Amino acid sequence: MGRYVIRRLLQMIPVFFGTTLLIFLMVNVMGDPIAGLCGDRQCDPATAAQLRTEFGLDKPVWQQYLTYMGNVFTGDFGTAFNGQKVTELMATAFPITIRLTLIAIVFEVVIGITLGVVTGLRRGRPVDTGVLILTLVVISVPTFVTGLLLQLLLGVEWGIIKPSVSPQAPVDELIVPGLVLASVSLAYVTRLTRTSIAENARADYVRTAVAKGLPRRRVVVRHLLRNSLIPVVTFIGTDVGALMGGAIVTERIFNIHGVGYQLYQGILRQNTQTVVGFVTVLVLVFLAANLIVDLLYAVLDPRIRYA
Amino acid sequence: MRGATHARWAACAVAVALAATACGGGDSGGGSGGADGIVSSSWGDPQNPLEPANTNEVQGGKVLDMVFRGLVRYDSKTGEAKNEIAEKIESQDSQNFTITIKDNWTFSNGEKVTAKSFVDAWNYGAALKNNQKNAYFFAYIDGYDQAHPETGKATADTLSGLEVVNDTTFKVKLSQKFSLWPDTLGYAAFVPLPKTFYSDHEAWLAKPVGNGPYTIDEYAKGSSMNLRRWDDYPGPDKAQNGGIDLKVYTDNNTAYTDLTAGNLDLVDDVPASQLKNVAGDLGDRYINTPAGIIQTLAFPFFVKAWDTPDAVKVRQGLSMAINRQQITDQIFQKTRTPASDWTSPVLGAEGGFKKGLCGSPCEYDKAQAKKLIDEGGGIPGGQLKISYNADTGSHKEWVDAVCNSINSVMGNNKACVGSPVGTFADFRNQVSTQKLTGAWRAGWQMDYPLIQNFLQPLYYTNAPSSDGKWSNEEFDALVNKANAETDKATAVSTFQDAEKVLAEQMPVIPLWYQNGSAGYSDRVENVALNVFSVPVYDQIKVK
Repeated sequence: MGRYVIRRLLQMIPVFFGTTLLIFLMVNVMGDPIAGLCGDRQCDPATAAQLRTEFGLDKPVWQQYLTYMGNVFTGDFGTAFNGQKVTELMATAFPITIRLTLIAIVFEVVIGITLGVVTGLRRGRPVDTGVLILTLVVISVPTFVTGLLLQLLLGVEWGIIKPSVSPQAPVDELIVPGLVLASVSLAYVTRLTRTSIAENARADYVRTAVAKGLPRRRVVVRHLLRNSLIPVVTFIGTDVGALMGGAIVTERIFNIHGVGYQLYQGILRQNTQTVVGFVTVLVLVFLAANLIVDLLYAVLDPRIRYA
Repeated sequence: MRGATHARWAACAVAVALAATACGGGDSGGGSGGADGIVSSSWGDPQNPLEPANTNEVQGGKVLDMVFRGLVRYDSKTGEAKNEIAEKIESQDSQNFTITIKDNWTFSNGEKVTAKSFVDAWNYGAALKNNQKNAYFFAYIDGYDQAHPETGKATADTLSGLEVVNDTTFKVKLSQKFSLWPDTLGYAAFVPLPKTFYSDHEAWLAKPVGNGPYTIDEYAKGSSMNLRRWDDYPGPDKAQNGGIDLKVYTDNNTAYTDLTAGNLDLVDDVPASQLKNVAGDLGDRYINTPAGIIQTLAFPFFVKAWDTPDAVKVRQGLSMAINRQQITDQIFQKTRTPASDWTSPVLGAEGGFKKGLCGSPCEYDKAQAKKLIDEGGGIPGGQLKISYNADTGSHKEWVDAVCNSINSVMGNNKACVGSPVGTFADFRNQVSTQKLTGAWRAGWQMDYPLIQNFLQPLYYTNAPSSDGKWSNEEFDALVNKANAETDKATAVSTFQDAEKVLAEQMPVIPLWYQNGSAGYSDRVENVALNVFSVPVYDQIKVK
């Protein structure tokens, strides 16, 4: 187990450098960011040249990358064009997005798995059909429609929530955005759990457990559910990364100043430092989440062992 | 049955959660009303650090407008430059100016505003080493070439044209004659700065200190700024409310939704997609007034085919082929006005705006348009490509409409096509490095309400924002002549003569004047936008 973890951690190093290099090159391909700083007029050449020197943009790309990575390892993610340290932006954005992601994951786990188990055990009954249709609707409606609709209904028409989240983004204000963010994944989790449960319900070990006379609750939770969770855990694990970086739409609709918003603004302003910095951290999150998922397999299914 | 229990439990959790949110929400705007009422307003994260000579966009400009006052101030309704801190600005020859300031002004930290406060601030703004993006504002002052050379190192730290005489007087020597120069001094780059700006720059940036009617109470970078009325403000335009809370919104649609839900008092940028609903949502609490912005189509004069006498006819023909009225009505919902000169209505007739100066070349005439384009040998290259940035400002819609208009005149579906560029920075890069060989969208937001600002920086030979590299001796001569005029009215009419050269040559096609739009809640009144389309915050009254 320990050796497995170390091997996985070592594998992360090339992945980390590869992805950061890719994103660095991609941002660079977009062209010279200084030109966008002066609005519809031309920056005066002397100031533009000086700014390029200051941000290191006059050096070749490989050199910029090396300098950047060197700085990253000393904890310096650079400075955004508005003079704020990128680490400072991260310190405000990440806690908010992590909170939002956690709420979304809780919704996925609690509602998704519960609905999946219920429908999986009652295949073909009205409950099953009803939930299936519901998930189909949720999957086919784009997030921004759900978001704007809920915002309009709950926020403006009925006044149950505030349509926009305050900059501090406390947990209670993030519940509706979290639900919106989770909605599509939630539907997938329901469907995955349902299929998995339905399949395993006919497995030999379940029949054995029932034949042993175990209480139904124990059969479902300990034997059936635990074995059926592997695909669901895989899905949720990768979803953590996707939710954190991909909440751009939800964050914009509900005015959440999180990672998605900072990335969006960074791309609009072609702010290499912000974009590369945030993506680097997201890459780390993805890698960590994947590792945890793989380790969870062994916990859920004792037959899986890592050596 | 167990499963069902789980489902019910989950449903309850959601219900409880929603109820909890309900407890959290509900308190709108907040605060007391009357003279001490606080106004909440939408905001965007300023693109640059909040230094006066480094702020060139409206979000940072809003703050500077509340926290600072300069020598002159533009009247919020007419845009006329009126003395604020300046007692008088005198000159015999339109080149050497003596500026006397009133001696009762202080910064909010108690420091006195003196002639030195101005001279130091201007020297700071002009010096190359400080990377100030508005440094070009000081370009008319003598010595700018040494403090801010176009290439190479600066040979001076200060502008030789500035000289402090005593606490209340300083002298300015310009490098050329410029009679309207005092009228440019209302721009934020010219405000005075306190000593702490230089001595503790980091702390100053974290919480700027100025001499305006508001002081900054709290500033959370990237999310909000709370400004409060400064009770000892010595100026005549004291704030009529207790303060302004600026809130950064990720999206102007969200801000608008917050306004309709009663959580926000003022939105100064009504999203295009909501313009249809604005009458129903806000009624008469919607403002749509001209701003000092003109949108144009620019052409590359570094491409030989566009720099010929025949191409003049083609450009005039293209201009006549665009149905401006229809596009401004249907796509912009009347938040743009068809342009018929190269300035802006905010200048007023006295300031040099002249409706219809362009004449027939700016009027929609299908038959004449086709005739002119054919006479000029057709569109160079057989197709007109209009480049625009696709990331912000929904330019695609109107570019496509302009192209449709031209295509229907030419009877050819491929005569004009839009050519999107991914990001604004990349677009500006292609424009400023002469990479584009077709037309491109151009916009100009005035720096100060003067006709000079709509002409010289854009069309004078090798002017800083002359992206198309158009050059015309007659135009240059008229601009020089106008700048040397000591009488304002004569200067303005000479500028208009220069503008008539534009009508003959059509170096850029004027499209429309942009309006500023804003919406406000029923909690506040007396809301207006100034000529820069920034809300006049200090005049807002809370009911």
